[in-house]
Amino acid sequence: MFSYIGRRASHSILSVIGLLALVFFLTRLTGDPSALYLPLDATAEARAAFARLNGLDQPVHWQFAEYLKDLLQLDFGQSLRQNRSAIEVALQAFPETLKLAFVAITLSTALAILVGSLAAARPGSLFDRIASVASLAGASAPDFWVAIVGILVFAVGLELLPTSGTGSWAHWIMPIFVLMLRPFGLLVQVVRGTMLSALASPYIKTARAKGVRRTKIIFGHALRNSLLPVVTVAGDLATSLVNGAVVVESIFGWPGIGKLMIDAIIQRDFAVVQSTILVTATAIFILNIAIDLLYAFLDPRIRY
Amino acid sequence: MTILVPDTKSTAAPGTARVLLAYLKRDRLALAAAVFLALFVLAAILGPWLVGDAASQLGLRQRNLAPFSLEQSWLYFLGADTLGRPILARLIVGAQNTLGIAAAAVFSSMLIGGALGLVAGYSERWYSQLILRLADVIMSFPSLLLALIVLYTLGPSIANLVIVLAITRMPVYLRTARAEVLELRERMFVSAARSMGAKPARIILRHIAPLVLPTLVTISAIDFATVILSESALSFLGLGIQPPDFTWGAMVANGRGYLSTAWWIAFWPGLAIMLTTLSLNILSNWARTVADPQQRWRLQTLRKAAR
Repeated sequence: MFSYIGRRASHSILSVIGLLALVFFLTRLTGDPSALYLPLDATAEARAAFARLNGLDQPVHWQFAEYLKDLLQLDFGQSLRQNRSAIEVALQAFPETLKLAFVAITLSTALAILVGSLAAARPGSLFDRIASVASLAGASAPDFWVAIVGILVFAVGLELLPTSGTGSWAHWIMPIFVLMLRPFGLLVQVVRGTMLSALASPYIKTARAKGVRRTKIIFGHALRNSLLPVVTVAGDLATSLVNGAVVVESIFGWPGIGKLMIDAIIQRDFAVVQSTILVTATAIFILNIAIDLLYAFLDPRIRY
Repeated sequence: MTILVPDTKSTAAPGTARVLLAYLKRDRLALAAAVFLALFVLAAILGPWLVGDAASQLGLRQRNLAPFSLEQSWLYFLGADTLGRPILARLIVGAQNTLGIAAAAVFSSMLIGGALGLVAGYSERWYSQLILRLADVIMSFPSLLLALIVLYTLGPSIANLVIVLAITRMPVYLRTARAEVLELRERMFVSAARSMGAKPARIILRHIAPLVLPTLVTISAIDFATVILSESALSFLGLGIQPPDFTWGAMVANGRGYLSTAWWIAFWPGLAIMLTTLSLNILSNWARTVADPQQRWRLQTLRKAAR
């Protein structure tokens, strides 16, 4: 198993470096930061000095080699905007996103398992049809629009919830709800599908014939065997949850990694963009390995 | 020497179409989705020609006109935006951009992803590994973040938007195509072609690609909704389409600042996106049920089950 983790980790590190290279060269194409950080009437000498100070006067491939060398020494560069270590900026924002994402994915998975199982228990029933349409609607809804309608109804209209920012628990409700929609919608469909086929299998018939109680058949017997695909999809969704976080954070003013990323790109704060990518990518790769290990835990037939 | 070819297609085609239509009529939800999508496509094709001028016509008197009033022309039924442009007309014109960008992106990602997948599946050289690694990198990173960086570098424009959307959706086609090729290339007809001296390019294009294509087309139909959502999110964040062009996502962004005074500017275009993607998802769900022999009975007995 440890050799498996090692192999996965080395693959992941290669992927992260590839991604960093891609982003490094792309961000260098966006333009000269000195145009943004120095006053308009700065002299050519001042600009040159600024470029030299930040290592921007070197050829791009040389800059990348320097960057990798610094990376090995755990030097992630300075944020131009905030004048402190870029990784510090990224690591400060990351937990905020993580909190949102964790609550959203946990709640939506739990809810989806409940709703999906109940829908699969009585296919074609009213509950099943409502759950199907609701899950489709959740998966189809544009998150930014739901967020805006939420603000319109609950903040502007009813004045129940704050429009944006952080602080009280009330600030959490709308971002979490918006983030949950899509994972919930997709997961309900997955749970329902796998549960339908699990409930049609012979061992369920046996359990029923033995007189096992209905709830125990659904949640004890069928659900355990249909959890595997659910975990796969939930893991994929956790990655795309960062997408949702970008939108949600920029609408609700949540000081997380998504908002930081947008701000850093627009302010040409290269080191921060790089560090955000590094932190996000690392987290995602760790998550993927964790999910693989979770498989082995859920299904004893799987060995690495 | 004459070869008798049984004329199956002409007898089968109207039959299956009629059966499909009958299935569709029984499922009211799918029928509604199909009708809505037909209207959407119709509006996207004919709309700009019908109401094109009205969508960009400024009207100071109609500024922030509330919806549901019929005092003005019917184009103002859904209200007007801050510059007095009728929202209904803008929705119709925006439909063309939304549909056009999504179609172009889906088509190019299917083309690029399919081609790379064919190569990666058939050949075992180093570049196959490279292609797969590339797909992994793209897939394992949040697409919106990648799209934001690329769009900010290349500059937001329709062409770049299509490229970015195509690249982020490409791995799905690549992996599917590769998986199919891995299975197909071991089949007898491929070894036959190979032993007759066919070149790899010919085998891939003439013998394997036609068999992979139907699967890719199915995926592309499902992918349409995702691409529309991604495009509108990018346009909403301001890195998608740029004025004077607009899509529904950009229209929502425009209305964002006027939520407390004129909710309808942001509300309608978002609803249009939602209804479109919902219809697409409902229809693809329905198509999956129809295509699956084990599930088809649900549609045949749907009426009875509902009561």
